[in-house]
Amino acid sequence: MVAELTKNERQGALVILLALAVTGLAMAAGGRGDPFGVHGALVLVVSIAGIFAVIGGYYAPEPSPDRLDSYYDTPTKFGIIAAMVWAVVGMAVGDWVAWLLAYPEWTFDAAWASFGRLRPVHTSGVIFGFGGNALIATSFYVMQRTSRARLPDQLTPWFVLFGYNLFCVIAATGYLMGVTQSKEYAEPEWYADIWLVIVWVVYFVLYLRTLNRRKEPHIYVSNWYYLAFILVVAMLHIVNNLAVPISWGSAKSYSLFSGVQDAMTEWWYGHNAVAFFLTSGFLGMMYYYMPKRAGRPIYSYRMSIISFWGITFFYMWAGSHHLHYTALPQWVQSLGMTFSVMLLVPSWVSAGNALMTLNGAWHKVRDDAVLRFMMVAAVFYGLSTFEGSFMAIRPVNALSHYTDWTVGHVHAGALGWVAMITFGAIYASVPWLWKRNGMYSAKLVEAHFWLALAGTIIYVFAMWNSGIIQGLMWRTYNESGTLAYSFVDSLVAMHPYYIARAVGGVFFLLGAIIGFYNIWMTIRTASQDETAHNTADHPVTEPAVGVPALQPGE
Amino acid sequence: MTITHDLLVWFSKSFGLFYLMGLSLIVVIYAYWPANQKPFNAAAQAILHDDDDKPYRG
Repeated sequence: MVAELTKNERQGALVILLALAVTGLAMAAGGRGDPFGVHGALVLVVSIAGIFAVIGGYYAPEPSPDRLDSYYDTPTKFGIIAAMVWAVVGMAVGDWVAWLLAYPEWTFDAAWASFGRLRPVHTSGVIFGFGGNALIATSFYVMQRTSRARLPDQLTPWFVLFGYNLFCVIAATGYLMGVTQSKEYAEPEWYADIWLVIVWVVYFVLYLRTLNRRKEPHIYVSNWYYLAFILVVAMLHIVNNLAVPISWGSAKSYSLFSGVQDAMTEWWYGHNAVAFFLTSGFLGMMYYYMPKRAGRPIYSYRMSIISFWGITFFYMWAGSHHLHYTALPQWVQSLGMTFSVMLLVPSWVSAGNALMTLNGAWHKVRDDAVLRFMMVAAVFYGLSTFEGSFMAIRPVNALSHYTDWTVGHVHAGALGWVAMITFGAIYASVPWLWKRNGMYSAKLVEAHFWLALAGTIIYVFAMWNSGIIQGLMWRTYNESGTLAYSFVDSLVAMHPYYIARAVGGVFFLLGAIIGFYNIWMTIRTASQDETAHNTADHPVTEPAVGVPALQPGE
Repeated sequence: MTITHDLLVWFSKSFGLFYLMGLSLIVVIYAYWPANQKPFNAAAQAILHDDDDKPYRG
């Protein structure tokens, strides 16, 4: 890896790592026994390891100028493996906390093993660790291909990837030590947030620099979605995390906002994290990998543009639906509800566009589990966005809010849409990146697909049942006008569903582990003879050029 | 100046309304502009046949 850097880049890497080591040392000294100091020591150790790695390869011959004849894919390969590691860790912790809800006594009396500390390890692990690495890795791949331009240099992509994963590790280890600013999906404290801003701005600039070098006149729509993801996440992250630390040597900070303004800022951030992290970025992924894998262009390119602007401008206003029946002014709630309902239009246009793209390639969906991952993702995208718009309607929200229905909805989106499209994209790219004829085992991809689908369905149905029972029990009155059930009654009623949910999680986790094994074996297995040509694993070449397969009825 | 509820409602019903309507109109016109169809279709097709999988070098 260091051998791929030019001499100047190796020096640049050393300067960055030295600066980071000094920062880590200062943090460790200033923080002392505080978790801030522990994180300082972590930064210091990681930077020193990095310095040794760079020095170890410092005198390797410089990369040949021929490298400019190919795309720079090593960062993408690293990002995909990192994504799979985070998938296994994040999903394992997720299933662990699922069992913890069914059997709350399983905490070994240890603070770090409490639900409140483990749960953000799960959410950040899967959203930022798995999802984020997959988005960064695929965005590097897609932006180079669609621009027909190589990344502008070799150092920046590594800075983005290592910096981002350092953020994820600081976040996860911090949660276990009790470091949190208590904002959902934005739990990391001020110093981690500042570091992420630096990494993220570098990522944004890297994307623009690559686009600036493009040899295609038109910027392919995937890039629009990826760019919206990067730009808006930066805005959200900076505003929501405005805070004042209690000292330079402490992890603890206080938000600049308080009361209902704090709640509104948090859910403006939170819902747009769903919109721009978990939707926009993954739509960018879908608009590249699905047509590529199916060998058919997007059904309607125009619709992909219209729904892009619809999603971008409607989502921005939808966050207040998380605060129905709170101190938030009624009109702000109504605004959020209205925009959430309107969002159904661009969302279903996107889902429909994806499914129509597969028209004429359904035989491939049947035979190819990779494409089937993407198809199921589009279906779950359509289902979850319908459910989301529905749940944002105030009277519906009266039943669903604070119940497991919300958890079910989130997981229909996260497992059914985000994880499925990611696995599809990863399975498609691994043979392309490592120049293999196909995955190590098509049967294992098939097994992963069915485990993931079964897991998602078990999970979502368990939570729908539990959530609606919960919601109904909380609002049932007896003849004397008081509540018919105590909270503990509703808890007892949920117990079987919690076990079912945890079992669904085991299915999904097993699928991810099998996927990781399959990817690992694909990388390790030497490329077979190119004569064993497997059409399903290659982009369609000559025969299909400009001649779409016949549609039914044509 | 304090931002009152009435001011915000006035702003969203005037500027907000026309901003969103105007934006929608611009997006639809851009997407359906006849001259744009060629680059759009070319872009949609282009990702399918990058056979050599190499960056352009000029």
